[in-house]
Amino acid sequence: MNREMIGLNNVSKAFADMAVLKDISFRINDGEIFGLLGPSGAGKTSVIKIISGQIKSDSGSVHILGNVIDNVSSRIYEKFGVVLDQPGLYDRLSCYDNLLIFAEIYGIDKLEIGSVLERVGLSEARKRPVEKISKGMKQRLVLARAIMHRPQILLLDEPTGALDPGTAHQIHELILEQKANGMAVLLTTHNMVEASKLCDRIVLLHEGSVIEAGSPDDICRKYDHQHRIRILLKNGEQRELINEPAAAPVLYDYLSQGKIESIHSSEPNLETVFMELTGRKLEE
Amino acid sequence: MRKVLAIQKKQWKETLKNKEALIQFVMFPVMALIMTRSVKIPDVSGNFFVTLFAAMYVGMAPLTSTASIIAEEKEKNTLRILRMSNVTALQYLVSIGGYIMLMCLMGTAVFVVIGGYGGGDLVLFILVMTAGIMVSILIGAVIGLVCNSQMSTAAAVIPVMLMFSFLPMIATFNDQVKKIADYVYSQQVSNILSGIGNTKPERGSFIIIGINFGLAAILFATVYRRNK
Repeated sequence: MNREMIGLNNVSKAFADMAVLKDISFRINDGEIFGLLGPSGAGKTSVIKIISGQIKSDSGSVHILGNVIDNVSSRIYEKFGVVLDQPGLYDRLSCYDNLLIFAEIYGIDKLEIGSVLERVGLSEARKRPVEKISKGMKQRLVLARAIMHRPQILLLDEPTGALDPGTAHQIHELILEQKANGMAVLLTTHNMVEASKLCDRIVLLHEGSVIEAGSPDDICRKYDHQHRIRILLKNGEQRELINEPAAAPVLYDYLSQGKIESIHSSEPNLETVFMELTGRKLEE
Repeated sequence: MRKVLAIQKKQWKETLKNKEALIQFVMFPVMALIMTRSVKIPDVSGNFFVTLFAAMYVGMAPLTSTASIIAEEKEKNTLRILRMSNVTALQYLVSIGGYIMLMCLMGTAVFVVIGGYGGGDLVLFILVMTAGIMVSILIGAVIGLVCNSQMSTAAAVIPVMLMFSFLPMIATFNDQVKKIADYVYSQQVSNILSGIGNTKPERGSFIIIGINFGLAAILFATVYRRNK
């Protein structure tokens, strides 16, 4: 049975007169990657800050590992691993020394440093100063720092923002590895491909409100108004069929005659769902 | 304690790789050494440059380094990461304050060697330097906590540092300035240091340093509560 690691119930937050979160509720279980998807200013980072105890919500309740956040000891945050939008690394120190500080803070064995550096593919760079490694390597180091003490909850705030696709893929693999280890992962992103690939469930945030929630596939299916199948034939022609039993004979003919080059359903992606709901793009 | 030591260890490594930070701790002791060895002024105490630079050191090194370390950690987001690793604001400030105190006491040791202090003079020298350094660390921490970036910290710390470190020197040339400077800890540190070996320190000097420390501590506590 899944264990609830994080729970938000009707959480609201405002800065001055501006509401940044309005009545947000969701749960995250162990072994699950949960995505907060929304454009800049949607309230994603505020959620991370509330969960990590950096700011307090104005109303509603937050549960961490079964305890109300207001009643927990600050030691509970040692069970968190955090990747923020800024790396927060000591540039003059080596990759190893950056991890050593936190190994000593958490009181864990120094042997873990070598092991985690190997897991993120930075063994070779262990002695190099952080100021002399690439952006992708820095992000892997940040992830190494976040998982080194084997936390139960991983908070990832835009972990692949501005990374090239190859490095982003490496980070994705590492995140999936943590999920397989039973960690609860909260991922904020405005990248719908990343969310579709990694997340078991997501919420779409817009101006501080949850506008849709569920698994990426379920959400996309829910907004599939067209119910169409697009077929590209080998002669270059494109056909579009309504996804209903009447289309079956036509499709059968194409298939039996070996005419089909590719076939796609017309269900929307998260980007188009978001556009339909808000009139805005996710990456704005 | 484990967290305090981890942060101090990190700070030592950082300083060794940061020439700008290192120079703040080394500059005045080295200048005192050079000037004492190379310049002899008739009718002026042989330790003139030691006490002069030691008083300036108290007003400059701990103040600027505390402020700049805190500002850099805030700007580069490393402080936020430390805080999210359950390092409390107090643990962090004790770590940084302790580290700077230790660095400055190493500088103080150099002044002691150059000045050739011993016995009661040595104890008094170290005691007064320690008190002055503590006040400066508190003022530096206030500036570091209040400012949001390294740039704004530099803009705030330079006039404050110049005031505290150069006030004793300017006061020797201007009686009006001296009247004001007498209420400032760095002036009293300078007065006590200059009198070592010649005159008994006045009780009033210790009281003024104590009051300065108290005011800096209150200011620090107020700012700390707002920013923790």
